Amino acid sequence: MRIRIPLLVFACASVLAPPLGAHAFLDHALPAVGSTVHAPPPQVQLWFSQKLEPAFSTAQVLDSTGKRVDRADARVDDGDSTVLTVSLPELAPGRYRVKWRVLSVDTHVTEGDYSFDVVR
Amino acid sequence: MKPDVCGCRIGGSRPLKRRAIINTKNRRSIATPLALAIGSSLILSAETAAAHGVAGKRFFPATLATDDPFVADELSLPTLESRRMPASGDEAAMRETGFAIDVSKRITENLGIGFGATYKVLAPDGGDTQRGFDNLAASIKYKFYQNDERETILSAGVDWDIGGSGSKRVGAESFSTLTPALFFGRGFGDLPESMKFIRPLAVTGLVGIGIPTRSSTISRGDEGEADVERHPHTLQWGFAVQYSLPYLQSFVQDVGLREPFSRMIPVVEVALSTALDRGASGTTGTVNPGIVWAGSYAQLAVEAVVPVNNRSGNRVGWIAQLHFFLDDLFPTTIGRPIFGR
Repeated sequence: MRIRIPLLVFACASVLAPPLGAHAFLDHALPAVGSTVHAPPPQVQLWFSQKLEPAFSTAQVLDSTGKRVDRADARVDDGDSTVLTVSLPELAPGRYRVKWRVLSVDTHVTEGDYSFDVVR
Repeated sequence: MKPDVCGCRIGGSRPLKRRAIINTKNRRSIATPLALAIGSSLILSAETAAAHGVAGKRFFPATLATDDPFVADELSLPTLESRRMPASGDEAAMRETGFAIDVSKRITENLGIGFGATYKVLAPDGGDTQRGFDNLAASIKYKFYQNDERETILSAGVDWDIGGSGSKRVGAESFSTLTPALFFGRGFGDLPESMKFIRPLAVTGLVGIGIPTRSSTISRGDEGEADVERHPHTLQWGFAVQYSLPYLQSFVQDVGLREPFSRMIPVVEVALSTALDRGASGTTGTVNPGIVWAGSYAQLAVEAVVPVNNRSGNRVGWIAQLHFFLDDLFPTTIGRPIFGR
């Protein structure tokens, strides 16, 4: 297949070329997705697969009744723009839902949510 | 091509997939200031960029054997497939290898077109190897429904296997086949908490009718005898069951997976073709268990190709694909719809 070599070269060149952007997917979080923690966490931290646009990336933490409980100070980390952090007051035992909506620097919007439990 | 069990021959359509899928019966293949400005409009419009198969939290990977339910800016380069085909009639057993290129382009947010070409190598036992392009394929698809909360996408489209555009040496048909089809995708992220470990599951699939533009072809044998090859309508159907480890990891439960496993999606595809008329009958196809690794800009997939019956082959083959998300690679140029944002 004489055609294979030039096409594979093109494919490799495309992979190695500087990427311009992509969707920001949640890589991991603290408290972890679906986890149970035995002490109220002081904050929620979300690590994404892409750099975030600070002005348009946000996260909320809701309790089991849907009431917002975070300190409304969601911010992208100055030193690592893939990290989004929101502070928490001392949480009572119960289930909490983290909802996030972020804009990666290439303008792709992604959103999602997950739960964690606080027990004593 | 071979006569089937009823004495007819099946000249089916190219399967509804951009990749090199081998029809076992007829032995032929079936995308910071500027960011802020744009970002502001996106946020204010409260819409989520729905590129390469994203519905709410669900990311549907591009599957290999069954066509996707979404429209996107994508490039599959290459798709490689190899299968060992059994002897049939007067044809020797052979190894069939396909090398395919497929590109999809959004015209608008919900309307897309696609083109595909497959280079084939047929190596019969004891015979001369034949090489050439299979017929070119073109398609158009419209996504008419999306529900992010239900992780559901529905589309309708038409695939055109362009008759006479390929090489007869590798069995390219002289007639076209049009295949109108419906496509669906459904994620199960809305299942209750008690079933949370099933939430990463999703199903995509399609059902269509292959309509050949010629009902039969008459050829002359060495001694001048007429050989009538009939081309039946075919039901093209299939589905893909996929369990998204990224979904599990990001939305359900962090089970400790890290790269590359946290980006893997095990999948089982079933791609089938059923002859409907003109004296033909029976179903052929394959079951393809495999795995997809989905990165930020591209995905890599490998599947086994298991024939569903002896009419579909008798040995396990393989298919592999490197697939690029043009909307992520080139979000401001070729990776965006021609019209609209």
